[in-house]
Amino acid sequence: MTLKIAVCVKYVPDATGDRGFADDLTTDREAVDGLLSELDEYAVEQALRISEESDDAEVTVVTVGPDDAKDALRKALSMGADKAVHVNDEDIHGSDVIATSAILAKALEKTGFDLVVCGMASTDGTMGVLPALLAERLNVPQVTLLSEVSVDGETVKGRRDGDSATELLEAPLPAVVSVTDQSGEARYPSFKGIMAAKKKPVEELDLDDLDIDADEVGLAGSWTLVDAVAARPARTQGTIVTDEGDGGKQLAAFLATQKFI
Amino acid sequence: MGKDFDLYRPSEEHDMLRESVRALAEAKIAPFAAAVDEEHRFPQEALDALVANDLHAVHVPEAYGGAGADALATVIVIEEVARVCGSSSLIPAVNKLGSLPVVLSGSEELKAKYLGPLAKGDAMFSYALSEPDAGSDAAGMKTRAVRDGDFWVLNGVKRWITNAGVSEYYTVMAVTDPDKRSKGISAFVVEKSDAGVSFGAPEKKLGIKGSPTREVYLDNVRIPADRMIGAEGTGFATAMKTLDHTRVTIAAQAIGIAQGALDYAKGYVRERKQFGKPIADFQGIQFMLADMAMKLEAARQLTYAAAAKSERVSAGSEKEDLTFFGAAAKCFASDVAMEVTIDAIQLLGGYGYTRDYPVERMMRDAKITQIYEGTNQVQRIVMARNLP
Repeated sequence: MTLKIAVCVKYVPDATGDRGFADDLTTDREAVDGLLSELDEYAVEQALRISEESDDAEVTVVTVGPDDAKDALRKALSMGADKAVHVNDEDIHGSDVIATSAILAKALEKTGFDLVVCGMASTDGTMGVLPALLAERLNVPQVTLLSEVSVDGETVKGRRDGDSATELLEAPLPAVVSVTDQSGEARYPSFKGIMAAKKKPVEELDLDDLDIDADEVGLAGSWTLVDAVAARPARTQGTIVTDEGDGGKQLAAFLATQKFI
Repeated sequence: MGKDFDLYRPSEEHDMLRESVRALAEAKIAPFAAAVDEEHRFPQEALDALVANDLHAVHVPEAYGGAGADALATVIVIEEVARVCGSSSLIPAVNKLGSLPVVLSGSEELKAKYLGPLAKGDAMFSYALSEPDAGSDAAGMKTRAVRDGDFWVLNGVKRWITNAGVSEYYTVMAVTDPDKRSKGISAFVVEKSDAGVSFGAPEKKLGIKGSPTREVYLDNVRIPADRMIGAEGTGFATAMKTLDHTRVTIAAQAIGIAQGALDYAKGYVRERKQFGKPIADFQGIQFMLADMAMKLEAARQLTYAAAAKSERVSAGSEKEDLTFFGAAAKCFASDVAMEVTIDAIQLLGGYGYTRDYPVERMMRDAKITQIYEGTNQVQRIVMARNLP
């Protein structure tokens, strides 16, 4: 039996660019180049490693995004994924994480999966809740924020490093997992990988293909709405304590007023 | 045609390759570039990173376990590594230089035996043509190979051998018939572990300090006759044919180094403030940057055109003037690299003159591209003899 691994990836604006918002307060895709979310590269990497450990596995990368999101799929394919699914429909524009999770869940059901691998969050919205939403919609267990993950027969196992404890977790397949940026460095596409990616299948799906009504998703169908955005205020100069013998006391007094001590 | 007009631009795959190598170079090679230069040590981190991502010898054909990259893709790999570290760019560049004689003229057995380990990253490959008294006049070499039954016995000294001591394999040109001058030279694969092979002290160089340059001593090195690359007496022709292709890789190195210097200087002039504004706002600075970018782009276009010719010649085309283009690209790009790196230092002023900033290293690294694989004076001789 082929182990079917699906990786959910997101096409995000380059964080090193000058990111902004369009008139409708959605991400401005024109002003800045996009790329495969760096945190999703870790998910692709873990999926590939699980696939390489397995006798028979297939890695499908799935994205919901505009035309240019195919670049993110291409990158994942050049890293070594076998095929891609691109859900693209004008009516998806402006979908929040809840609407996006509905679309992704339908796409995953259509594609079929034993294991869904997600990054820990996107590098643009940084919601981090999509894996949980997906698991709920797909009615499968979720094992999130793993720094180590492996598949052993019909079970997915992993390690979650928390602030106060390290947990060893496992769940029966099918399941949804998310991996952190501690899970292992993502590979760079090799020349062979890049050339091979060109020939790999990319399935295009729209909302009709997934039996989703346009008003369930997009700006209209989202539960959350962005009212306003504002740039983070510039940093102001801090308090300068001149040490005239009582610097320590002044410092302690300052920290006390800020409730640090 | 419209937006898909594909002349004079690399393919989407070439752009993706550049993106991948740039990311790797910035994360895994750049952080060590200053230390490699300062400590005169081999850039092991770069070798490890390149091997891990199958970028150390991309030119090796797929039939021998390689990535099978075309000449332009190979140029892009070398260029992007050189952009952050000239010494490290000699890993992919010299792997191609050393092994190309085998690729071009070697028997199937030689290819299978030596290209496989190179492709896997188990062995590097160096090129041994020059000698103490045979530089530009390479055909004046003295290293001798004498037949002894099923063996050849090599004796002599090769000088300026890049990555000597690190590489497992060496293409060595040696005289097999002293009466025939260039037609009496043959090429051989010599292994580091062959009895009688030893290395001189590392040269104390101005630049590319991370890439060891040493003499190779051949003292009664007895190797099986099937280590000869191609037929007896064809070694010099193979050596020259190799340089037609690999001069393009030196051009790649030159434009990579120059791009690194230009990128650094561009960032600096936006940050550096004098008279109350960034110095990038002064037209005198802007004109310098414009000239640097213009020359660099011209060098890049010539290099890529030469790379495309190199690829077509490899595929069997006989209609290409690669000899002219290879020499022109190498000569022009290396002269540009020298000008651009010197101007980059100028843009950084006193800071550029210190080893706390990378542009002086880039200038020192650029200098060698005007000298090796034929000085730029020799390139002009080659061009003049092969005018288009």
